[in-house]
This record gives sequence, C-alpha cells and structure tokens, in this order.
Amino acid sequence: MMKALAMPFRNTGEGDRTSQGVLVIVLLVVLLIAACLLSLGVGPTGVGLRDLFAYLTGNGDSLTTQERVILEAVRLPRTALGLLVGAGLAVSGAMMQGLFRNPLADPGIVGVTSGAGLAAVLAIVLGGTVLAPVSMLLGNQFLPLMAFFGGLINTWMLYVIATRDGRTSTTALILCGIAIGALSGAFMGLLIVMADDRQLRDITFWSLGSLGGATYGRVLSILPFIVFVMAIIPFVARGLDALVLGDAAAFHMGVPVQRLKRIVIVAVAAACGSTVAVAGSIGFVGIVVPHLLRLAMGPSHRFLLPGSALGGGALLLIADAVARTVAAPAELPIGVITALFGAPVFLFLLIGRNGIGMRDLP
Amino acid sequence: MIRAENVTVSRAGRKLIDQVSLTLEPGRFSVVIGPNGAGKSTLMKVLSGEMVPDSGHVSYYGADVAACKPVDLARRRAVLPQATQLAFPFSALEIARMGAVANGSLNPGEEARKALARVGLRGFESRPYPSMSGGEQQRVQFARALAQVPRAVVDGVPCALFLDEPTASLDLGHQISVLETARDFAAAGGMVLAILHDLNLAAEFADHLVVLNHGCVVAEGPCHDTVSDEMIASVYGIAGAVGRVPAAHVPYVLPQSRHR
Repeated sequence: MMKALAMPFRNTGEGDRTSQGVLVIVLLVVLLIAACLLSLGVGPTGVGLRDLFAYLTGNGDSLTTQERVILEAVRLPRTALGLLVGAGLAVSGAMMQGLFRNPLADPGIVGVTSGAGLAAVLAIVLGGTVLAPVSMLLGNQFLPLMAFFGGLINTWMLYVIATRDGRTSTTALILCGIAIGALSGAFMGLLIVMADDRQLRDITFWSLGSLGGATYGRVLSILPFIVFVMAIIPFVARGLDALVLGDAAAFHMGVPVQRLKRIVIVAVAAACGSTVAVAGSIGFVGIVVPHLLRLAMGPSHRFLLPGSALGGGALLLIADAVARTVAAPAELPIGVITALFGAPVFLFLLIGRNGIGMRDLP
Repeated sequence: MIRAENVTVSRAGRKLIDQVSLTLEPGRFSVVIGPNGAGKSTLMKVLSGEMVPDSGHVSYYGADVAACKPVDLARRRAVLPQATQLAFPFSALEIARMGAVANGSLNPGEEARKALARVGLRGFESRPYPSMSGGEQQRVQFARALAQVPRAVVDGVPCALFLDEPTASLDLGHQISVLETARDFAAAGGMVLAILHDLNLAAEFADHLVVLNHGCVVAEGPCHDTVSDEMIASVYGIAGAVGRVPAAHVPYVLPQSRHR
C-alpha cells in the first residue's frame, strides 16, 4: 500500500528523498491515529479499543452512560485540543528554524511563548476593566488574539535585533531570546501583583501548561489559527528551502524574500500564540519534532512542515496520555513530560556530533 | 542584453561604485578584475537585481530590473555566490534541484542530475552538503546555477550567468573546467559575468575584461588591450609584471584551457 501511495512521487534516483518523505508522512498518519485512540482510551475510566471503535463508528450501545459522558465531555475535546496544540507548536518551531536558518530556534526557548503568555496574562488581568470592550467584542477569540499579538511582537523584535544582513547567529538568537523572554517575564510579574485570587489561578495555569481545561469552546477558539497556519504551508515550503541558502540566494531563485519572512513571522506567532492561549506554555515540542523528522526524512520543508504537524499532534497526545496515567489519580503537568523528552534533544543539538550550535553557523 | 547605466551605490558615506556603466552582451564572457574593495561584488549585486542602486539604473532587454518580479528574473539569470554554508543537511541533489525548481522545470530532479554531471559530481547526489569539501560545495552551487539556466537562450532571449569568484576554492583542474563550462554557455549565446582574482585565468577566458578600482571602471575591452604594465602598476601597485618569466630557479605553472 505504501509503495502504491508513493508512486506519483517516485524517486528519480540517488539523493532524492521524495518517496522517503512520503513514506514517513504515511507512518506519521498511522502514528497520529494510534495516538488519538490512546488519548481517547486511557485515564481513570479506561475505555477498551473495541468499545471505542464501536462508539466512533456510530454504534455506542456497548458503552455505559458514564463512559459516554466522559468520552464526549472530557476526552474528545481534550484529544482535539492536544492534536491542534501539538501541530501548532511543532509547525511554528519548524518554520522558525527555517526563518532563522538555525535548528536551535524554538518559540519557547527564544521568548516568543513568553510574549504570548504575557499578552494572555494581560488579557486575564485587564479583561474585566480596561480591555473589557475589546474582550466583549471578540468573545471567545479575545484570549487567542491577544496571545497572537504578544507572540508577534516578540518574534518581530527578535528578528529585528538578532538578524544582521539576513543572518542570525546562534549566539545572538539565544541571547536575544533570553533577554526578550526575561523582559516579558518581568512584565508578567508586575501584572501578577495586580491580579486577584481567581485571576491568579488562571495565570498559574499558563505558567505550567496543561490540556486539562479542554472544552469545545477552546477547541473552536484555536481552530481558525491552526487552519490558517496549515493552509499557508504549501506557499512557504519552497521559499523556506531556498532561504536555507541565504537571503540573496533565495532572491536569485525567485523568492520574494521580505514577503516570505513577513508571512512566516505572522504564522509562527499565530501558531504559538493561539496554543499558549488555550494550553499554556508547553516547551520543546517545536524543537524535538522537527529535529527527529529531519533525521528521518531530510530537511526539505515540503515534507518537514506537514510532517511536523502530524508528529507534533501525535507527540503531544502521547505525552498527555503519559501525564494523565503515570501518577494517577494525580496529573503531571504536560510541560514536565515534554521537557523530559525535549531538553536532552536540545542539549544534543547544542553539543552535537557536528557541533552545529558550537560552530555558530549563520 | 543587460545594461547598467551610470550606477552609483553609497554605503556609510562611501561610494562603493561610482557612475559605472557596463553592458553584458550575448555570446560574450565578461570578467571583472580589481583589487579588494574595488566594488566588484557590489557591481554584480546591482546587475543581478539583488541591490537597488542609489542612482542610475539597470535594464534587462529594456525592462527596468527594479520593476521585474523575482520569479521572472530567476528564469533569466542565475547567480553563483561565494562560499555558502548550510545549517541543514540538504543533499547535493536537493541543492541543485532548488535551481531547477526556480527555473520552473517540469522534471527538476532530472535537470539537477544533469547539472551535477556537468560539474563532475555524478555519484555525489546523495552526499549531505555540509559534509562536502569547500571545493565540492562550490561546484554543487555552480550546478544549482546551471540547473536554474540550463539553456543559454530561451525563446530567443539570452540568459545570464553571474559568477562571484567561481574558482576561489577549486583546484587547478576544476578552475579550468568551471570556466570552460561558463565559456560554453557564452558561446551558446548566453551572457556571462565573472569576478576573478587570477589575472592569468581572466586573460585566458575573458572576451571582455573590466578593470574596477575604487568603484570606477578604469579600463575595459579585450584582454590584450587592457592588461598592460601601466594598468597593473596603477591598480595593483606591482611594477613590470606582465609577460615576465619568474627567475630561473622558480618553477611556475600557468593553467590553460584545453581547447584554445
């Protein structure tokens, strides 16, 4: 079956990784479906695979009422949210790495998440007073939109400060990111002092990151952002490939470089900001997934970006299932699980066999 | 033809190139020489459309380059940059294919394969670019440029190749073969502009030599009219060097093209 699927993309021989890319994408789809079933099935009330299939194919008689309520009110929105958040985080990481031409760029590490978080906190604390009219006007989209603009400001600042002549050194990127993240953190601290008890609880939720509060409302509020980011993938993939050779070379190959960069910055902020708004800051997904996929399918963005969406969704659902079960009935923050996966990968990249981080490539 | 008229570029109060006019004609291999900081790369950037001059303008067959879309320019000219480093492990084939894709080729993989064969890298297709030697990387980039303008003339309109120090990290044999490939491109009706530091190679290959110094064209024309003791002395500060054989105990190698 996989061979048949890969047919239209047949390799033209040595060095062409097209069919390899297609194969990995197919495997990721399978993995993602498995992760969805896992996420729907595990928890304090286990739902067996057979019952789950029966329910999903429209024949839910074998489930008890309690199981059905848990599935519909808790597990389904949580799974949908995990899928969207994971996809958004991984794609924003992959795009950012392409934009900065640096495999170490990650929205969490370079302070974009902090910017989105600051804006989200701003929305919580001032949403009832100064920003009340805006909040009323935007309704469900208020929080994700605020977080999007917060992320956008930080991405743009980072790009302007850390990039000279179209090149971003690892050192400049990480140091600027730390500074920008720290600045956002400081403002967040100021706002926390102003917050009341209820707001404080909401804010704590952001700093930890969790899929715990998943509702259909949250799923719907993030959906347009993620759909937008997925929809632009085909339009930026070739440009990001060319950009790897540098701004000038990309222009020589017909890429409208400035326009491409603006679109990618907006997309990174949209994916990162909206996910922070609904699930808090969950680190390292944006660096682990693209890195592993580059090893499996090569660095071409044609496959890396859609692959990151699938792989990010799968990774987050699996991490969430682990977070729910290892310390049951208590629930671990999902950020702890992703950091346990992700931080070693980041260190490995930094030290690296080929020392990419240390050699400070453009 | 590609024409620059009275082009001036200033950066930080200094004129990098000053009132330069230059015409690239089909079928002609033009070579720019000059000391460091003479403005050679700036001139190439202006001609390729990458840099917008502060005054003067550049036209491709009458059309102002600033008004051309990047996509359309990409099918008319390709540029070989100086050393390019990558942070991601693209294969040699994937790099060359980017050029073919920019050309709008229907079968970019095949086009890229041909281009790699033209620079003597058949069998290197799957090698990760970052693991290749500097000279091999340079030839992969040359293959990318060739894949972008695989034919010297398209629909009756000649295409251009811009080569910024194409021989910089190559051994003698590959220096010659890269320049021969470029000369074939010119002979087929294309336009070639190369920046070279090696005056012997420049004299060997150039149909038209442009000497740049302090941002100005100081001499221009066929090599035998431009390369003289006076020019070398005034531009490079070396006296009486043209055509003089080194002292008897110093061996010297003057690489020459195989077909002249």
